Amino acid sequence: MDKKMKKFNILIVGTGGQGQITLLQILSATALSEGYDIKTSELHGLSQRGGSVEVHIRFGKKIFSPLIPQGQADLIIGLEMQECLKACYYANPKTNFLINKHIVPIPLEKILPEKEILNNLKKVSKNIFLIPAAEICQEKLGTSVVAGVYLISLSSFKNLIPIKPTSLFEAIKKIIPEKYLELNLKTFNLASNSEAVK
Amino acid sequence: MEEILLNKSGGKIILLGNETIVRGALEAGVNFVSTYPGTPASEIGDTFFKIAKKVGVYFEYSTNEKVALEAGIGASFSGLKTLVAMKNFGLNVCLDSLFPLTYTGTKGPMVIVVADDPSCYSSAQSEENSRGLVLATHIPTLEPSDPQECKDFTKLAFQISEKFKIPVMIRTTTRVAHQKMPVKLGKITFPGNVVGKFVKDPKKFVTLPPRVLEMKKELLTKIEKIKEFSEKSKTNFVDGKTSRPIGIITSGISYLYVREALKELNLNLPVLKLGFFYPLPEEKIKDFIKGLKKVLIVEELEPYLEKEVERLAKEANCKLKVVGKQLIPEVGELKPEIVTLALAKFTNAKYSILNTKYQIPFPKRFPQLCLGCPYWLVISAIKKAVDLKKVIFGGEIGCYMLFGNSPINLQDYLSCMGSSVGIAHGIKKATGQKIITFVGDSSFFHAGIPALINTVFNKSNPLIIILENRTTAMTGHQPHPGAPVIPNGIKIEEIVRACGVKNLKAIDPINQKEFIATIKEFLNKKETSVIIVQRPCIWIKK
Repeated sequence: MDKKMKKFNILIVGTGGQGQITLLQILSATALSEGYDIKTSELHGLSQRGGSVEVHIRFGKKIFSPLIPQGQADLIIGLEMQECLKACYYANPKTNFLINKHIVPIPLEKILPEKEILNNLKKVSKNIFLIPAAEICQEKLGTSVVAGVYLISLSSFKNLIPIKPTSLFEAIKKIIPEKYLELNLKTFNLASNSEAVK
Repeated sequence: MEEILLNKSGGKIILLGNETIVRGALEAGVNFVSTYPGTPASEIGDTFFKIAKKVGVYFEYSTNEKVALEAGIGASFSGLKTLVAMKNFGLNVCLDSLFPLTYTGTKGPMVIVVADDPSCYSSAQSEENSRGLVLATHIPTLEPSDPQECKDFTKLAFQISEKFKIPVMIRTTTRVAHQKMPVKLGKITFPGNVVGKFVKDPKKFVTLPPRVLEMKKELLTKIEKIKEFSEKSKTNFVDGKTSRPIGIITSGISYLYVREALKELNLNLPVLKLGFFYPLPEEKIKDFIKGLKKVLIVEELEPYLEKEVERLAKEANCKLKVVGKQLIPEVGELKPEIVTLALAKFTNAKYSILNTKYQIPFPKRFPQLCLGCPYWLVISAIKKAVDLKKVIFGGEIGCYMLFGNSPINLQDYLSCMGSSVGIAHGIKKATGQKIITFVGDSSFFHAGIPALINTVFNKSNPLIIILENRTTAMTGHQPHPGAPVIPNGIKIEEIVRACGVKNLKAIDPINQKEFIATIKEFLNKKETSVIIVQRPCIWIKK
């Protein structure tokens, strides 16, 4: 948390359909329960059809803009690796990158090698945490759809985000529909046992 | 119970700008809501669609924005509290009905929500600024900055409409409509299903000359009175003070970026934040600029406020330097860093963005047709049926505008809803070249039918392919007249036949052989031909 500005900026990037808006709802409900002011921004409509999708979540004492200013993201959660390059617009040397080790190919483009992506990201920030979230969730829970929930849970357990895991747990219960709740709570518990970030 | 209906006065819940417009309308006691879906306004209709029955509000997805507005006019003339919502282009569609509405005025209070989309995130045809049409139609207009204001301004708009008997517009933009924050709730009274009553009053409702000119005078008088209201309204306020003779005037989302920028630059400058765009509180603006040497106008898109301030400065402070588009771009949405940079230049403050030294290239990812989308079958059939170089392809608004992307490349022009057919007719008449034009089912109902009739009536022979996927897919799968919630919608095939089209075939595109043969056959016909491609969007529930 930026002490002087008293606010925390989270950017979540990925491709359409990776559940960014659900993650936004969970994180903002968590921040509200901890007494923060919140502003968020999301896009709907055509951009969701497999295009790049980024959502902004800002919380703190008093927040005005729903958009994170350039270079001021505290945490960037990348649900897809290539999209993290685009997110560098919002990063600075102190930004933490929490990245799902997962690539969604772009039609007619060659897939960027993982190493090239990471080397480029390292030019901006050294704080890069590459997590095989999709793989872990697939292996332990039978589906990778909860990779985003795994990453935000991890960010709370590993203090990459100034909100308590217990608040996050309650927010998941509040936001996720009954039908999928058990899966999501299991994901939360799975993240609590992770050794991925120390 | 949906959270948006939580009746806990003073409680706070996180809501989207569009949802707080719904909440504000409910708190104001709305009875009648109509809309045509369009991003970034869609969630207003979609939320009412979910809750209308529960709360005793009449709601409809209308065929297009013009009939949505007309439905609202009828309800207002019958005394009901009415809300009509649309995106910016919808305002163009309903403009013909909006002009006379400000002349007649309303009976039941009426609020029209219009959502602009700077940067065209979900808008293909232009970066339209509805403010120009506000001035042309004389519709009083409020511009909220955040979801709390969306709710408060919607309630206020109903009050203004009730008091002055005129429709009131709420103009939002994408970053207001799709912004979330904790919003303080008021009370909902749930008026229940209210039945209106139309009381004959030709003097009020009939715009026939010479009465229409009297009505115009009455409208202008009304606007003068609303201007007095605007002068006193707390939605136009000044915050911040300074000893320096410089200030900022702003409104809508730009206000939030200004506050962000002032904090970033550690500046304290007076800011005049305008809730009213029309009519402007001119005296308040004059008071604000009186003692200043220069003022920065922070607004997205065209410089409407800037021109007004320049005009007012001639009366109040002719030496005032008015700075606006000189520092603030006219194309694309604003962002906090753009406003901060402009403000730094304006005040000679030092500001550098932390990360401009990194130039990280990234691959661009464009929206795609979904895997399994029936339109892929259309693309493959066309590519097999015709010589792509010799045929012109007409496009318009819907998922099928992605036909313009590589590697599909089946789009030689693109304009507004329903236009692909009208333009195809013109090209045919002008050139005689072969042309295939696409129109979606919701688009066909929206504005395609008059164009089809014109094509038949004035005798040209494009091949029109109607893509019937049984939903309004791109904006979030809303129902339309051919695919309403209750089955047995209006049949497109019957409409096309009734329009006098002889060469007509409805085909499931999975039957590629038949489809390809029909394209080849119809493309050589001397009269208008239509293929209705019938296969539902993969996302609709069967």
